[in-house]
Amino acid sequence: MTEVVSSPCATHTGADSASPCCGDFVARIAEHACEVLQNTPVNAEYRHMIVAAPTDAANVQPGQFFHLACPPGASGTTFLRRPMSVYGADPKLGTVEFLYKVQGAGTRGLAALQPGDTLDALGPLGQGFALPEGARHILLVARGVGLATLAPLAAHAVARGASVTAVLSARSPALVMSAERLRAAGATVHIVTDADGNSDPAQLEALLETLHAQKPFDFLSTCGSNRLLMLLQKLGKAWGVAGQTAIEQHMGCGIGSCYACVRPFREHANSDRLTFRRVCWEGPVFDLQETTSW
Amino acid sequence: MVDLSVKVGALTLANPVMPASGTFADGNARVFDLNCLGAIVTKTITADIREGVPPPRVAEFKDATLFSIGIPSKGADYYVNTTVPFYRRYTPPVVGSISANSADEFGELAARIGASGIAAIEANVSCPNLKKNGKAFGMDPEATFQVISAMKASTGIPVWVKMTPNAGNLVEVALAAQAAGADALVCSNAILAMAIDVETFKPRVANVMGGLTGAATKPILLRMAYQCAQAVEIPVIGCGGISTAEDAIEFMLAGCTAVQIGTANFVSPTAMPRAIEGMRAFCERHGIARIADLIGAMKQHDVINLQEEYVL
Repeated sequence: MTEVVSSPCATHTGADSASPCCGDFVARIAEHACEVLQNTPVNAEYRHMIVAAPTDAANVQPGQFFHLACPPGASGTTFLRRPMSVYGADPKLGTVEFLYKVQGAGTRGLAALQPGDTLDALGPLGQGFALPEGARHILLVARGVGLATLAPLAAHAVARGASVTAVLSARSPALVMSAERLRAAGATVHIVTDADGNSDPAQLEALLETLHAQKPFDFLSTCGSNRLLMLLQKLGKAWGVAGQTAIEQHMGCGIGSCYACVRPFREHANSDRLTFRRVCWEGPVFDLQETTSW
Repeated sequence: MVDLSVKVGALTLANPVMPASGTFADGNARVFDLNCLGAIVTKTITADIREGVPPPRVAEFKDATLFSIGIPSKGADYYVNTTVPFYRRYTPPVVGSISANSADEFGELAARIGASGIAAIEANVSCPNLKKNGKAFGMDPEATFQVISAMKASTGIPVWVKMTPNAGNLVEVALAAQAAGADALVCSNAILAMAIDVETFKPRVANVMGGLTGAATKPILLRMAYQCAQAVEIPVIGCGGISTAEDAIEFMLAGCTAVQIGTANFVSPTAMPRAIEGMRAFCERHGIARIADLIGAMKQHDVINLQEEYVL
């Protein structure tokens, strides 16, 4: 069962039904009351939650997010919502999936949700990934929780006729997530880990150069690591290949009103001039070269 | 049927609820029909283009937030050419909000945007994040008088004053605003505050100090709105920690003609339509035909007369 939390027009309920208010209004962004279907540990740090969601919510695009009202957890309650990128969504099944690391008061609250509980998810929000027309081979490079954001891009790209190469970086093989999900989506998967000693930037750069030489990439994407961002910026410039990255930031409202979640971006790819942009509204997906490392 | 309309001076609002400046933008129009609102108050602008202060810009507490944004502004031309036309597609009156470096500049900016189709202008003399140590025009009765006088001389539309809770002499500032011709007071802006992350030793907002807002601040801001309403003849618009219909009614009972909802919009972007609906339901439940009858309707407790020698 899902329903949109009521967003009534109150001024015009009752007698004044002929008013111009709300009659034709369609909410593009809503507080969806989503039933939790599953909320299980993936490994020692991460959980995978699946919620039932109406079509409007399940039509969320890769890179977009929901702003979640987290229930009270082991570390108390959170006053503000928490942004959460979408790990998967299926409009036919009416589901939205989240993959999250349990680390703060908000995510501890999420971890306490049981099947049958209700999650208030505001969204879908933000600008998702925009693949260039006719993209033929896209690269996904992700580490840690950044993978959750990039995973839906793989299926999206394959559906548009592109081939996908995903390079997953993690501290140890046990912490590698989603390799099977990405393979099932049609991606070619390479895994590098700190434990195996092949995840450092130099080795990763060599691997990406080899992959690019075998079959050139025409779109690069990354999320979750400053080092990976800088590496892809360098390679994107050298290869002349465009890309995008999804960015995290503490947020207030999630809908562009409060201006709390800004980060500095280059005005243009080669500009030295910086400007603040709202991660929730102009992003969270930004041009790879306009993004500044942190 | 409940009459939800209220009059703020010459301006009649369909209902008493409007957003607090800076907590509302075009994104809200994708969540609910803005025609529901009593008025639309836009984010404060300056005449020039400003980026605002560096992040982090927000810290969070139980039932409160600390924001230090620094009034990023796209300038007066963008406001007149883009912002005002966007909101004028809706029926509620649009209320501008301005900040400036001097009384003269307040007057110039009021003249610049006063003819753009907005119904009133709020003078943000209270943003705690612009001047060093949170000093603002609204801290000083004379400076407030000068700002409002300059605006009244330069525009014919109503001028509202966004008061600061950081002034110890709040009532003096309120009276100075009234004497300068202010058409209404908005009580009040954010409480100057700070927080430090003890792990990093860094302030939790980069600007060190910011404005504390949210539900936890309501009793303080309610007291200030009450004090102002007691002191002035002009309408007072309540603002400070209002999240629900009951909160809004509390401010009206304290003497406020209308209310602004701020931080609650960040927690739930449907806070305002729900508050309006809740106020209508409250009036029906209590047999109140006109919501305006709630303004200043707070009752005192019965006096208990003790023997003279025991009193205090």
